[in-house]
Amino acid sequence: MSNPTARSETKNWLEKLPSVSVLGPLMALLLSIAFFATQHPNFFTLTNSALITSQVMVVAVLAIGQTLIILTAGIDLSCGMVMALSTMVMTKMAVDFGLPAPLTLLLGLLVSTGFGFLNGLLITVLKLPPFIVTLGTLNIAFAIMQIYTQAQTITVSDENSILLFFKQDISFAGITIGYGAGIALTLFLFTLGSWALSNTAPGRHLYAVGNNPEAARLTGIPTQRVLLLVYTLAGFIYGIAGWLSISRYGIGNPNAGSTENLDTITAVVLGGTSLFGGRGLLIGTIIGALISGVFRSGLTLMGARAEVQILITGILVIVAVAVDQLSKGKNSR
Amino acid sequence: MENIIFEARGLVKRYGQVTALDGTDFSLRAGEILAVIGDNGAGKSSLIKALSGATIPDSGDIFLDGKPVKFRSPIDARHHGIETVYQDLAVAPAMTIAENLFLGREILRPGLLAKLFRVIDHKKMLEEATQHMQGLKIGIRSMSQAVETLSGGQRQGVAVARSAAFAQHVVIMDEPTAALGVKEGNMVLDLIRRVRENGLPVIIISHNMPHVFEIADRIHIQRLGKRAAVVDPKKLSMSDTVAIMTGAMRTEDIPTEMLA
Repeated sequence: MSNPTARSETKNWLEKLPSVSVLGPLMALLLSIAFFATQHPNFFTLTNSALITSQVMVVAVLAIGQTLIILTAGIDLSCGMVMALSTMVMTKMAVDFGLPAPLTLLLGLLVSTGFGFLNGLLITVLKLPPFIVTLGTLNIAFAIMQIYTQAQTITVSDENSILLFFKQDISFAGITIGYGAGIALTLFLFTLGSWALSNTAPGRHLYAVGNNPEAARLTGIPTQRVLLLVYTLAGFIYGIAGWLSISRYGIGNPNAGSTENLDTITAVVLGGTSLFGGRGLLIGTIIGALISGVFRSGLTLMGARAEVQILITGILVIVAVAVDQLSKGKNSR
Repeated sequence: MENIIFEARGLVKRYGQVTALDGTDFSLRAGEILAVIGDNGAGKSSLIKALSGATIPDSGDIFLDGKPVKFRSPIDARHHGIETVYQDLAVAPAMTIAENLFLGREILRPGLLAKLFRVIDHKKMLEEATQHMQGLKIGIRSMSQAVETLSGGQRQGVAVARSAAFAQHVVIMDEPTAALGVKEGNMVLDLIRRVRENGLPVIIISHNMPHVFEIADRIHIQRLGKRAAVVDPKKLSMSDTVAIMTGAMRTEDIPTEMLA
């Protein structure tokens, strides 16, 4: 038998850790960074780190909304397409119709928030499963976007447009970080979101709704209102991600959206958030997004084919989901 | 009459062709533990659901402190100071004990901004949770551990403690010892006694006759959708009680001194 005092001290120490759920993802991220650093001299440099971060920031911000939804035991298949639609509203109205960019930005945010609200209404009022609802709105958003833009890419040529706000570099101590403004926004949103999830009553209610909806309802939490709010807020976040995407790529791209959908779910799952709801941390999601980015960058530097990156991401996701499933079995006893 | 604080008269509840409650009466006295027993289909869950707001009876009246009340939902009943401990739906396992105790009623930080964003006072919630759990003598070391790390009895303890903390009038417990082993079951029974000592009357629904006889001050026997009798467990034997419950002994045959 082990010494009981020592055992309880270990347990205390474990309890004080933020959550064991992000330890695995964090280890995976550090290990993959270490691995690729040994494979290529240009991998572990400030420039490449900033590049990786700017490459994953759009998906990371999108995945904030996805995380909120998955924490409620839901899923959103429409997120990438809703983002793409919002970028088209923002760019086409500004460039083709000559409306002021701040106005079109607001209109784009309104459209994405509206889609989130629609998802939430269908899920809470009609009690339809999130998977089916968002599969439907995915197609609706796609079709509206194609009709509205006639599949034309819109380039934002006005360098001073507010739509390109987050493309600004940030320089300090002689180092320039490309898309520093966008990276800063991403980190800010993750910090704010993490804080709100753990320190506000609505944040905790979101976990309760995902963890045990019946218990949450019986304690008086308005579970349907929480869900509606979560989907609506997620829609707003997709609009912000759209703004970030325009800043990053300088265009409204009507072909965007389909890969981002799955990329967000990949980021959330790699970040240790349970698809069964109620477990996980937002900080895990940015770690998850970075894991994908690190693999993509590292494999590219090593000269691997693009298909290999997809293959490895696929394997990683399955491993992460398997870990989730196994730990669920352990927890429910 | 004794001091009756929670009462129901002539409750009727039908589900299609099935009559679950056929004009049942019910009364709870101040500071007592009242057990509700009955065979499957006798209408005891329907009765408890009506009393806790989980279902709305088709007819009949419910009185709390002598005043007529109508509960439209469990939340509604809770606003009237009636807390229910549900058999297995009670807790969010991944959340901490303190969070579970205050779920839906979080303690917020002072200040206008904190109120606006509903910022939780984690420290105060931990302190109050610790104090409250100690008051009920529930021996759990850390209130910041997840409920899923607890044993079944300790989880039930958290659910009971939550109800006791917020109930103003009545605590209702649905099969509180059903899923527990002997030792843990006894632990929960002790806990229920302490809730009574703190001045709250308790309604307990249970299939476990030894537990019922150990803890109840009075036993409400439900049969065929009606209250067959209310008996005193110190006077009537367990086998006679079961006989009334199954219909082997008629209500009229119970000696009056055994009734409570």
